[in-house]
Amino acid sequence: MSEGMITAAYILAALCFILSLAGLSKQESAQSGNWFGIVGMSIALVATLAAANVSALWIVVACMLIGAMIGLHLAKKVEMTEMPELVAILHSFVGLAAVLVGYNSFFEHTSHLHGVELNIHLVEVFLGVFIGAVTFTGSVVAFAKLRGLINSSALMLPHRHKMNLIAGVICFALMVYFVAAGGAFGPLWLMTIIALVFGWHLVASIGGADMPVVVSMLNSYSGWAAAAAGFMLGNDLLIITGALVGSSGAILSYIMCKAMNRSFISVIAGGFGTEVVVDSDKDYGDYIETTAQAVADSLSAAKSVIIAPGYGMAVAQAQYPVYELTQALKQKGVNVRFAIHPVAGRLPGHMNVLLAEAKVPYDIVLGMDEINEDFAATDVVLVIGANDTVNPAASEDPTSPIAGMPVLEVWNAKQVVVFKRSMNTGYAGVQNPLFFKENTQMLFGDAKATVDAINQAL
Amino acid sequence: MTAIYLLFILMLAIFVGFELIRKVPATLHTPLMSGANAISGITVLGAISIAGKGYEEWATWLGAAAVLLATINVVGGYMVTDRMLAMFKKR
Repeated sequence: MSEGMITAAYILAALCFILSLAGLSKQESAQSGNWFGIVGMSIALVATLAAANVSALWIVVACMLIGAMIGLHLAKKVEMTEMPELVAILHSFVGLAAVLVGYNSFFEHTSHLHGVELNIHLVEVFLGVFIGAVTFTGSVVAFAKLRGLINSSALMLPHRHKMNLIAGVICFALMVYFVAAGGAFGPLWLMTIIALVFGWHLVASIGGADMPVVVSMLNSYSGWAAAAAGFMLGNDLLIITGALVGSSGAILSYIMCKAMNRSFISVIAGGFGTEVVVDSDKDYGDYIETTAQAVADSLSAAKSVIIAPGYGMAVAQAQYPVYELTQALKQKGVNVRFAIHPVAGRLPGHMNVLLAEAKVPYDIVLGMDEINEDFAATDVVLVIGANDTVNPAASEDPTSPIAGMPVLEVWNAKQVVVFKRSMNTGYAGVQNPLFFKENTQMLFGDAKATVDAINQAL
Repeated sequence: MTAIYLLFILMLAIFVGFELIRKVPATLHTPLMSGANAISGITVLGAISIAGKGYEEWATWLGAAAVLLATINVVGGYMVTDRMLAMFKKR
């Protein structure tokens, strides 16, 4: 294949990736958007395979076939609740691949470059390996936390900020030395070890509640790792796609942080809820308990119902009976909608996928900004497995650790029913005054069982 | 000169990425992420160009390992995105 043909193929592929991301921004065009991505990737792969020296082609093709089979298998059998884990482990693969590409590029290309070109190449290799290594261990830790293999609470080493800073400074010094020495092997592998530990520590010190931010941040890193590989190999397409993915992950992280009213830096530095002094002595008053039958009665009498689900709903596998509930209410002519907080679930948009899997139509699933003003005109709100995202303390109590975080204003509705296992606090460890409001009733028990009971009573 | 040119491309692509993603509704954030994740498997191109060039044997195997990992990412990412998007149904 000629140089011109490959360039043409790469331009076509880059166009497909841009169309892919554009398609993914609308519900109607999302699936075709994904296929644009597949087509783009296929074009890029065929062009690269045709351009590569054929001497080792069989190894490459064999590896691709095995990889494709593993990928297909993973994609088919994964549960939707496990999506965050899958995304995290896939990020680690990109990170590791970037490290391998970096080392390879270092050994193979360094010998025939001189002067400024050599220096630039060395910087590219160094940065590529660094980003790849951080992405790799960071994603592995994120995976282990999401899986519950390791404790999801934030690791609080003494002087952790100083240690991160020192690691950064040492890596920078090593880079300067690495380039000055014309590509010595020592600083490269020393930096790799530091970067691996740094990535591990970075994610280990971020608490479970911040996982949506961590996963989208790692998504961003995996993009930058690909872009760095593109610089090393002088491959435009890698740079373009890497930058597209990198910026998309960065935006998602930003959206998540804004939804929690926290700065990106404070999330990355870690430690949400650790310095919170929970004032357990404060008297919130009494809460009112209710029964499935009573909830069914008020739902039958309602004109408009909003369901505010949290990750607890998915843990209890309650999304399927919730779907049956919405069907039953719709048949009675009740206007049922869902209100989704941006950080509900463990991935950005996770809750929407879980509801879609339970066959809930996407046009009755609304975001916080779209539905928050409608609560006042709503008869009944069902809060299922959510806690911090419906906490009025965020707007009413300036001393609350979650003060300023935008929340679903469910308490404005005529009646609120909270489905909960017990009176325990949420991720943030903050008590929720919502439970003690006059128009709030508590329905204790396993969410799946209680929703089933309501369905029976209807 | 090439480095400047590549930086130029990087800047433009970042800009396009920001413009595109800003409009994505929250409903599609998970599919977007797994789709973007599949796209970042583009590292496979770099891995192929190294593994396929027939350098020393160990370099080929290092590249081959990278090809394997990146392909899992590409295929797994696209397929799971497709599976997820197929679930989204209108009323």
